[in-house]
Amino acid sequence: MSMLDVVGPVMVGPSSSHTLGALKIARFAYKLIEGIPEEVEFYLHGSFAKTYLGHGTDRALIAGILGLREYDYDIKNAYNLAKNYNLKFSFIETDLGDVNPNTVLIRLKKDNKINEVQGASIGGGAIKITKINGVDCDLSGDYNTLIIVNKDIKGALENILRIISVNVANLYLKRTNILEGRALTILELDEKPSNLNELNKLECVIKYFYVGSDNDDI
Amino acid sequence: MTFENLLEIWRETNIPFEEVILTEEMVETGMDPVIIKNNMKRLVEVMITEAEKNYGKKHESLTGLTGENAPKLLNYSPKLLSEFNYVATLTALSTAENNASMGRIVACPTAGSCGVVPAILYALKKVKNASFDDLVSSFIVAGAIGNVVAKKATISGAAGGCQAEIGTATAMASAALTYYFSKDAEKCGHAASLALKSLMGLVCDPVGGFVEIPCVKRNASAANVAIATAEMALSGIESVIPFDEVVDAMYRVGKMMHEDLRETGNGGIAVTPTAKKLVNDIKKRWI
Repeated sequence: MSMLDVVGPVMVGPSSSHTLGALKIARFAYKLIEGIPEEVEFYLHGSFAKTYLGHGTDRALIAGILGLREYDYDIKNAYNLAKNYNLKFSFIETDLGDVNPNTVLIRLKKDNKINEVQGASIGGGAIKITKINGVDCDLSGDYNTLIIVNKDIKGALENILRIISVNVANLYLKRTNILEGRALTILELDEKPSNLNELNKLECVIKYFYVGSDNDDI
Repeated sequence: MTFENLLEIWRETNIPFEEVILTEEMVETGMDPVIIKNNMKRLVEVMITEAEKNYGKKHESLTGLTGENAPKLLNYSPKLLSEFNYVATLTALSTAENNASMGRIVACPTAGSCGVVPAILYALKKVKNASFDDLVSSFIVAGAIGNVVAKKATISGAAGGCQAEIGTATAMASAALTYYFSKDAEKCGHAASLALKSLMGLVCDPVGGFVEIPCVKRNASAANVAIATAEMALSGIESVIPFDEVVDAMYRVGKMMHEDLRETGNGGIAVTPTAKKLVNDIKKRWI
C-alpha cells in the first residue's frame, strides 16, 4: 500500500463507497461498450438501493455511464447531461442475492446489443467487477482488462495467449454456452497490448472487449 | 511499516523527515519519489483551491440535512477561538459541506473525514502565510501517519468506527502542524498519538447512512483537537504511549465495536428519535 492510496483520490463526494465506487463500476461498463449507450438500467442492491438518492449514487452511476472521471464537477449535473446525450435510464431497486451490500447490475443497450456488468463497491473507492454478461469474475478495474468471447474449442486459449504480447496478471476462463460452444476468457494485463486487432484474425475469437485502466493518468 | 521504523531512520540519518518518508515509500512501492511528491503537490493544490472557493459558502446537500453551517460561522465574530482555530474550523465545515453536496474533495483519508487536513493546511496558508512547498512537506508527514494507520489497522469507518476515519485524519493533521513548526519527527509522533487517543472509541453513526450528521461538525471539532494536540507536542509534551501502540489499541477497539456502531446507521446518533424522524421525512420527500 502506498501513501497515495491513503490520501486521495481527488473525487466528488459525499462517499467513497457510494459515489466514487459507483462511478467507477459504471465507467467500466462505459469503456466496455466503447461509448455511451442509448439505454441503461441500473439494478440497485442492498445499501445502494436504500440510500442511493442521498449519496448521489444515482448521479455517479449516470456520470460513469457518460464516461466522466471521478473528479469531474459535472457529476452533480449528471441528470442534465443525460438529457443532452439522450440517454434513457432507470433505477430499479432489487435483490441480487448473496452479494456485497453495495452492488449494482448495469444493463446497457447500444446498437441493439445488450451487455451486462455487475459490480460491487467494496470500500474506499475500490471496486470489484463480479459479473460480465452473466459470467462470474473478480476484476479490480485497476488493470487493463481484455474480455474475449471465444469458441469453446481445443487450443483457443493457447492461440489467444500467443497473440497477447504482454504479461498476464490474472486469467478467468469459463464455458458459457454448451449448445453454442462458447466460452468467455477474461485477462487482466500489466499493460495494453499493441496488437489487439490481430485477435480478429483468430478463428476461435468471436468478439472481444478491451477496458483500459484509468490508473495511468491523474 | 511502523512509525518507529521511520523514526529510527530519521534519527540515524538526520535527513529531513519528509525525505525519509519519500525514500521509504520508494523502497516499499517502487514508485519514483518525484512522482509521489508531484501527486502530493496536486492533492494540496486541490485542497487549497477548494478551501478558498468554498470558504463560508452555503451548500445544498442532497438530503438537505446540512449545508448552512459554514455561513453561520462566517457571519459571526469568534469569542473564544484564535484566528487560526477559527479559520481552520470554518474550512473544515466548508469542506465537509462541499462534500455532502457533491463537490470536489480530496479523500483524506476518506471522503467523510475530508475536512480536517485541508482545515489546518488552509489555516497555515491564510493565517501564517505558509509557502506552498512547506504545506507539501507537512502534508507528506500527514500522509505517512495515515499510511501507518492503514497498514497496521484500518482507516475505514465500516471496519473500525469513526475513530478510524476522523481519528486518523486528526492524527494526520496534528502531525502536519507539528512538522510545519518544528521539523521534529519525534514531536510529530507525539502529536499524532495525542490526537488519535483523544478520538479513540468514536463510533461511526451517520444519520440515515448519509455523510452529513454528525460527520460535518465532527470534522470541524476534530480540526481543533488537531491544533490543541499539536500545540501540546510543540511545547514538549510527550505521549507516553508510542504512536504504533496507539494505532494497535485503536484497531482492537474497532474490532470490539458492535456492527451497529460501524457506519451502518443502526446505532449511536443515527437511532435517536430526532434522527429517525429526519430520515422518515427525507424518504417521504423522495417517494
